[in-house]
Amino acid sequence: MLALADFLIVGAILFCLSVAGIFINRKNIIVLLMCVELMLLAVNLNFVAFSHFNQDISGQVFVFFILTVAAAESAIGLAILVVLFRNRSSINVDDISAMRG
Amino acid sequence: MNDLTLIMPEASLLVLACAVLLVDAFVGRARPDATFWSAVLSCVVVLAQVASFVPEKTLFAFSGTLRVDVLGVVLKTFVVALVLLSFFYAREHFSKRPGERRGEYYPLALFATLGMMILVSASSLLTVYLGLELLSLSLYSLVAIQRDSLPASEAGMKYFILGALASGLLLYGMSILYGVAGTLDLPELLVKIDNLESSRLLLTFGLVFLVVGIGFKLGVVPFHMWVPDVYQGASTPVTQFIGTAPKVAAFGMAMRLLVDGLEGLAENWQQMLIILSVLSMGLGNLLAIAQRNFKRMLAYSTIAHMGFLLLGLISASSNGYAASMFYVTLYALMSMGAFGSIILLSSSQGDADQLSDLTGLARRSPWFAFILLILVFSMAGVPPFGGFWAKWSVLKEVVAADYVWLAGLAVVFSLIGAFYYLRVVKIMYFDAPEPGAAQVRSSADMGLILSANGLAVLVLGLVPNILMQVCLAAAIPYAP
Repeated sequence: MLALADFLIVGAILFCLSVAGIFINRKNIIVLLMCVELMLLAVNLNFVAFSHFNQDISGQVFVFFILTVAAAESAIGLAILVVLFRNRSSINVDDISAMRG
Repeated sequence: MNDLTLIMPEASLLVLACAVLLVDAFVGRARPDATFWSAVLSCVVVLAQVASFVPEKTLFAFSGTLRVDVLGVVLKTFVVALVLLSFFYAREHFSKRPGERRGEYYPLALFATLGMMILVSASSLLTVYLGLELLSLSLYSLVAIQRDSLPASEAGMKYFILGALASGLLLYGMSILYGVAGTLDLPELLVKIDNLESSRLLLTFGLVFLVVGIGFKLGVVPFHMWVPDVYQGASTPVTQFIGTAPKVAAFGMAMRLLVDGLEGLAENWQQMLIILSVLSMGLGNLLAIAQRNFKRMLAYSTIAHMGFLLLGLISASSNGYAASMFYVTLYALMSMGAFGSIILLSSSQGDADQLSDLTGLARRSPWFAFILLILVFSMAGVPPFGGFWAKWSVLKEVVAADYVWLAGLAVVFSLIGAFYYLRVVKIMYFDAPEPGAAQVRSSADMGLILSANGLAVLVLGLVPNILMQVCLAAAIPYAP
């Protein structure tokens, strides 16, 4: 039988991977968007595990809202990416550096 | 009272924002002003609805996910009034640059306003998240709305990535709190935390992530990376929008999460906020000195001001909360005017967003130079302008909470900050204008709005009690 801690550890590993992905990745903005999604999924795993082990349904309701908002969020992220690609003709992370200081 | 009656302002704003979108889609191209006036009308209607109902005690709606109390009503009134004011500036900007006009600006700003209203009346972790996302998603698209501009789309992308990271961290913190306390409801969380001494460490772990989320929204160091780029890259009315009402909403979010939900952990979050506050005041003021771009300078000045704002929360007393609220409202008014001056000075060719664009303004337009002088002096905290009383009331509470060293540090950083504010005055008043520098041209209503904005800061400096009484009244429920 899996314990609550097992789920939390998986959640924490996924979360750390996604944060590391955002900071280490220097190649591609689409990978950044993937990391953001992964982060939200790690949180969802936490919520569902807590909800199950606390016998409280509201955590699962929260997950539905996160999933919906994540869909809207990636739609806007991809839209901004398209706009950026038209202006810059590149989706390389190192290339977004018109402003500094 | 009926749930729907309680959320009437939010419900009507949702309907009206959709209506404004339709107006823009059908008649916006032929008559650009129709969108503007319908957006203004929506704000006025919502403002009247918000201000007409002040509850005597806290009321809850929709199974306790939303609350209506004095703090919420006052913050919502400020937010909607600031948004209304910013629409007039936006109109001037778009009339100077017809090519940049996007009718979507107004509906998106209204949706962001809806997000802010939900955020400041949230009473559950879920509502905080939903309000925050509605606000942030609208702001991301507003930043990138100038779709043929490279800086704007870059700023939008940076804002989006960092914002999504911050809301991911905030959610992780929420999931920990939910797991430990077993509830999403903030008032229930407040009660349960007192009985959870054994899980104090886990609660603090969750709290750290929550503070990161709040810090990002306010834009304090070390979560400030987005602020300068977004302020510089976005078009001026969008920067003005981001720099005013959402700051008030972020203060509301901090109150809801840290005070309404986690006051039991006050000694933990006080320590975290002290670090954030000192870093922001220091770094913000020092980096602002190096800037040559006026918008970027104002961005670093925002970071410093938000650090100052946190000082009031650190005192963890009802007077401190009132002082912070007074500070954030006055700050929003000052930065509204400062960005308004950029809009006023900009021509159809380009933005007047360099400090050098202000050269000799006193000779080109003595009146508007005087208005900007009021705003800049007020930001620096020179009496008798409003900003002085904002700084004074916050510092008073910090000293009352026995953090004298912190108050001393804040004064030193404000003195450093005064340098770059006074430089603006020097450029306007003592540098000769370049030969052939353009005269300042503005429409009559723009001049009127900017003058009223600047004079309001002066009047609030002469009689600060008008606003301070409102803030104190909103903070009464937090008195011990």
